[in-house]
Amino acid sequence: MTAIKIDKVWKEYGDTVVLENVSLELPDHEFLVIIGPSGVGKTTLLRLLLSQETPTRGEILIDGKPIASEPTADRGVVFQRYSVFPHKTVLGNVMLGPQWAQAPLLGRLFGRKHRALKDRALALLDRVGLGAAADKYPQQLSGGMQQRLAIAQALIMEPKVLLLDEPFGALDPGTRKAMHVLVRELWEEHAMTIVMVTHDLAEAFALGTRVIAVDRPRRDPQAPGRYGATITSDFEAKCRIVRESERFEAARAKARQDHGQSGASPPAAAMVHPFPLKAGAA
Amino acid sequence: MRRIINYPPARGQKLILGILPFLAILMIYLMASEARLAVNPGDKLIPGFASFYAAMERLMAQPDRSSGQYLFWWDTYLSLWRLCVGLGISALLGCVLGILIGFIPHLRAMFEPVLAALSLVPPLAVLPILFIIFGLGEVSKIVLIVFGVAPFLIRDVVLRVESLPREQIIKAQTLGGSTWQMMTHVVLPQVMPNLINSVRLSLGATWLFVIAAEAITAEGGLGYRIFLVRRYLAMDVILPYVAWITLLAFLMDYGLRRLNTRAFPWAALKES
Repeated sequence: MTAIKIDKVWKEYGDTVVLENVSLELPDHEFLVIIGPSGVGKTTLLRLLLSQETPTRGEILIDGKPIASEPTADRGVVFQRYSVFPHKTVLGNVMLGPQWAQAPLLGRLFGRKHRALKDRALALLDRVGLGAAADKYPQQLSGGMQQRLAIAQALIMEPKVLLLDEPFGALDPGTRKAMHVLVRELWEEHAMTIVMVTHDLAEAFALGTRVIAVDRPRRDPQAPGRYGATITSDFEAKCRIVRESERFEAARAKARQDHGQSGASPPAAAMVHPFPLKAGAA
Repeated sequence: MRRIINYPPARGQKLILGILPFLAILMIYLMASEARLAVNPGDKLIPGFASFYAAMERLMAQPDRSSGQYLFWWDTYLSLWRLCVGLGISALLGCVLGILIGFIPHLRAMFEPVLAALSLVPPLAVLPILFIIFGLGEVSKIVLIVFGVAPFLIRDVVLRVESLPREQIIKAQTLGGSTWQMMTHVVLPQVMPNLINSVRLSLGATWLFVIAAEAITAEGGLGYRIFLVRRYLAMDVILPYVAWITLLAFLMDYGLRRLNTRAFPWAALKES
């Protein structure tokens, strides 16, 4: 369970107001996409979620607790560029986080622990389609492969929230499509919360379950920095109830298929709703 | 007729063109030597190759009468020892202090100005101070090299650390890295190729300090020998020594370059 709450957050640099009075509540397992014109503060909002910057006023809570004042392992991130370490191989990049967590001084594991981690990392690399490139350096990979690597590197830490800062901005359209599929699948598999910044509207609605537009509702021509940006529109792109019923239908179809193969009466357990709807559960 | 910039030399041509200036220098030297020796067979200013051979044979293969050392090899050992110790300490300081100062904002605020000031002090101007404090032995020579080279290396590493993409450092933090882990696994490996290149660049300056210190006071060393035999106009010793120092510097540079490509294969990928 990961619920994010942004509570009346302001961000100011001196006299310039970048974000004003941004409030947002995001329940668990949502795919939030932030859109808006360039330079309006989308990335600032993401940086606040990452603790790369701190709000001037207001606070950000994850599961009811204020977020740490510096970037920590509970929030993974993928930037448009420079998200991977050029001096480590693909495998080394993915193994880095867990090695740091388990070996504070050396940052390196040996023996059985190392093998176990290597297997886990290789499985994850296979999942994102980089199994064959495990021994290459990031510079030898294409842009799309580097972003896959950056995602795998973040995912192995099992973060509560994955933050994506225009992750597909530098990719060609074909690669971008493939990345969309991958990210959506990973989002389903890991049942995590993703917050993504993009300026591509089609991408936003293709991926997001919720899309918010950030813009400046007021402008003062004499003082451009006087008013900041805030959430101007909030779309529920994919209704939670629709998503859950889709998942339920998929589970039921699978159960029916299994039943058809075995030829026995439908097992009662398979008919239990795998993701109980809020209304039904209450 | 194409423009001249559009005529690249072929491989063989390149080699020949590269060797040509060396041959030209050699030819000019030999001709000048011949002309002078024809007028005065006892001339010492531009000796012929026979005198080089005789002088070097004396220094390399015959032990010195007073000290019992083979002077050429003894000088080489002393100079290389000073150079390597001085440069090694400087590189170590550059690596450790550079990363600490470059990566930790408070240390940077504290030490960046003083480093900038220190690196502008001409090292040879403080050599007398070093002689007064550390005496005339090896310590003052090593300190001179460190004083001359270390600030440059430290500042270079600081700049390199600062130029690491901010995204990388943030990413490392989201992977749970501590300051120590980020310094050892993210910053250090990425700084090393650059540090080795800077050491290569400072080889020239280091030789300058070694020879300058030896010229003033020493019991041996390549620079010491050159300045000693200068009194007898012994060009037959000075010129081979200069060539030998050049060769040593070249070999060290080449070795460091090979080390860089061997130890950090990813760094070469970046440039392509």
